[in-house]
Amino acid sequence: MNYTSFNTNEEFFVDMQRCIGCKACELACAECETNGQDSMIHVNYVDRASTVQTTVQVCMHCDDPVCASVCPADAISKDEFGIVHTANTERCIGCSNCVIACPFGVPKKIEEYDLMMKCTMCYDRTSVGKKPMCATVCPSGALFYGTKAEIEEMRPNSSAVNTFVFGKEIVNTKVNIMMPKGSTELIIY
Amino acid sequence: MAKLPVSAEKIIEDFGPHLNYSPKEGFDGRDEPDEVVKTHCCFCGMQCGIQLLVKSNKVVGFEPWMEFPFNEGRLCPKGVQRYLQNNHPDRLLGPIKRVEGKGFEPTSWDEAMDKTVSEIKRIQEKYGKDAFSILSGVSLTNEKSYLMGKFARVAVKTKNLDYNGRLCMVSAGAGNKKAFGLDRASNTYSDLEYAEVIIVAGANISETFPTLTHWIWKARDRGAKLIVIDPRMIPLARTADVHLDVKPGTDSALYGAMLKYLVDHDMLDHDFIDNYTSGFDVSLDAVKDYTLEWAEEITGIKREKIKEAAELWGKAKTSFLLHARGIEHHSKGVDNVLGCINLVLATGRIGKPYCGYGTITGQGNGQGGREHGHKCDQLPGNRDIENPEHRKYISGVWGIDEKDMPGKGLTAYEIIEAIHRGEIKGLLSICFNPLVSLPNSNYVREAIEKLEFYVCIDFFLNETARHADIVLAGSLQEEEEGTTTSAEGRVIRIRQAVTPPGDARTDTSIILELAKRLGQEDKFTYDTSEAIFNELRVASKGGTADYNGITYKRIEENMGVFWPCPTEDHPGTPRLWEDKKFKTPDGKAHFNPAPYKLPGEVTDADYPVILTTGRVVSQYLSGTQTRRIGKLVDQFPEPLLEIHPNLAKQYGIQQRELVKVSTRRGEGVFPANIVETIREDTVFIPYHWSGKKSANQLTPGTLDPISKIPEFKVCACHLEPLKEIAAPSKESKAYASV
Repeated sequence: MNYTSFNTNEEFFVDMQRCIGCKACELACAECETNGQDSMIHVNYVDRASTVQTTVQVCMHCDDPVCASVCPADAISKDEFGIVHTANTERCIGCSNCVIACPFGVPKKIEEYDLMMKCTMCYDRTSVGKKPMCATVCPSGALFYGTKAEIEEMRPNSSAVNTFVFGKEIVNTKVNIMMPKGSTELIIY
Repeated sequence: MAKLPVSAEKIIEDFGPHLNYSPKEGFDGRDEPDEVVKTHCCFCGMQCGIQLLVKSNKVVGFEPWMEFPFNEGRLCPKGVQRYLQNNHPDRLLGPIKRVEGKGFEPTSWDEAMDKTVSEIKRIQEKYGKDAFSILSGVSLTNEKSYLMGKFARVAVKTKNLDYNGRLCMVSAGAGNKKAFGLDRASNTYSDLEYAEVIIVAGANISETFPTLTHWIWKARDRGAKLIVIDPRMIPLARTADVHLDVKPGTDSALYGAMLKYLVDHDMLDHDFIDNYTSGFDVSLDAVKDYTLEWAEEITGIKREKIKEAAELWGKAKTSFLLHARGIEHHSKGVDNVLGCINLVLATGRIGKPYCGYGTITGQGNGQGGREHGHKCDQLPGNRDIENPEHRKYISGVWGIDEKDMPGKGLTAYEIIEAIHRGEIKGLLSICFNPLVSLPNSNYVREAIEKLEFYVCIDFFLNETARHADIVLAGSLQEEEEGTTTSAEGRVIRIRQAVTPPGDARTDTSIILELAKRLGQEDKFTYDTSEAIFNELRVASKGGTADYNGITYKRIEENMGVFWPCPTEDHPGTPRLWEDKKFKTPDGKAHFNPAPYKLPGEVTDADYPVILTTGRVVSQYLSGTQTRRIGKLVDQFPEPLLEIHPNLAKQYGIQQRELVKVSTRRGEGVFPANIVETIREDTVFIPYHWSGKKSANQLTPGTLDPISKIPEFKVCACHLEPLKEIAAPSKESKAYASV
């Protein structure tokens, strides 16, 4: 495979306040032939009874991916570009350790295939210099793929944050969350 | 005569709606397409650029088109799935005819055309030319829209031609003509980028024009303040600086109070008002008593919020006001539009960079379609069918005697009323599904059942077409070359990606063949869509919507050209009114009085709750296309009754309990969705579904006196909980409701 086209200066940015819950990202993600019409990105209402706010969750591609650490079959690997790949189909035993361990709730076990599947940041696209499908179609800019310089220029009132504090655990990720200007980390209580 | 030939269930079994899904591994050939066709989405007025992947004359997938400047690859869920209208099991593959007791059976094109033409002639000989009517639609390209207008007037010789844009933005069109003398959004959406304040009035942008959301956020990233006017907390309103939760039917009271506030606090552009407008004093006089207190009483919006909105609007240096169906679908839709325009003119913020105003046209070619074709009072170039000079010019282009040009006909809903009265006996419809999209559908059904002859051109058997005598299998958007004009006024190229399957034909070839059989072949001979466009250019020349300088080549080279564009060396006009020369008779922009009036139906003891209707993100218009695409149906499987918890409590309604909603016109049963995101006095039902799941069983046929748009957005209803929790949405099969 030719890896040379991966744009290492491009990153993924998620801005929840812009999400309009339209699910264009889910439908576009599912179109990828490796996903078999299942989406690897998930949009959910926070609490529809009180608000139309939705959240959108992609794999955060952790620097030290816990999903890979807990995998008893060594089915999950991280590559030189920081992409945490979905389970190797030959190795995955469908144990769901990764599903339980991920702090962001990303991996899903697909019962039909007895296999974990998750976002690979559209490796088939990003490895040839394209942008991930979800971030390409997102109509609101809740998902953006590009350089840090681009997002700083476009969104002067927000800061990109990729440090997440879960109690005593600090998780650094390849994917950024857009936060109010000056934010440096997101503390999850 | 036109009652269903067999049960609706049997027709659905044969013709759908059935749901189309992509196979898990995708359609064959998607990874090695024969062609990648740069074209546009078939749905809303944004007309997003998209690339269709074609293999063996089938559209097998899509790829974002990053270079198209409006959407730069962005799409909504409808756009992502639009390719699934192709390769659809419900597709009509040839002409069919009604057979009593059996349903529909295949027929030959020759027989179908013969029958159609002989019935047009029979009805017109017996009842007069205007007893045969035509209902068209603006998902059609400019070329087809132009052709339908010419076909009705020259080949069928009826005055009764109108279109589904009558349910779209005609209130805005009429308002814009009164104020500016021209009907187009004044700016491109790129003028949003540095607007300091944006008002979005009655436009659920994030669900109906999702890709426009990005442009609004571009401005917000630069510090723009966003004011959203809507009875519901729509997704865009969730983060807005000010959300004015207006009581349905009271919009003009709000705009009037805001105008008075601007005047009282001298937040006016006096130079602009004095030199470039007329009618200011009389318009101000109409709202002189509209205090904030009064406005709060009428609109239900807290006076502090109205004040805050007026202050933001009044103090801004740049701004953009957008509106859509939420303020236009009213018996005073034109007044609402004029109330908005008055706010724009008072501050003089138009015709300058980042100073914008416009309606967001709903349908794919809602803009172009209404300029050149099938509007009952209009001729190409946005000309007036009652203006002697306009009639003379177009008669010349068409090669007919001006005396033979029909006059102004009835509007869409009035055509249905005339059918109901027995005055109109025949109907040809294309790109229109009145049984789902028109108000008071029980009444509309009664009318359709009275027709002596009904012929429909469509690619799927839509709900209204089930009543047809003949259905001519037409073409999808991606099966013909052409152009559309987006909501920005940008004329763009629609590409033929594939040819119609089976024995289906292009819409154009069907119309040309009918015209030929009606004895007008000499006036209806075109080798290509481009030839039709070139005639349209000439026909539009000198009109307000002047396309004369626009060629296919120029559109392709520039990713669109903005009209007016009178000559081939003219660059086109992305931003109107930079010269402050308006197209009104006195050359000035006109303020118009827009006093508050009650809606056509108000709540009372029998019908105590306000009902408003609208849309959801995964469905489009009457659902002929989107209720056949599996994942779009899964996303919102059935219409839900949105109701505030306090109102639900009053009636003892539980979440997902079935509720019978009744109005003076009909009733329907919908599961309750109890949400705090709607006013306490209002319930909402989206309208895309058919039969017993149709919101339009309930809506009134009250029309705006000027624009003749129906009042979909406000009526009075009664709620009755049925003490039964609805089955899961996925089991509802509402997409094929009878």
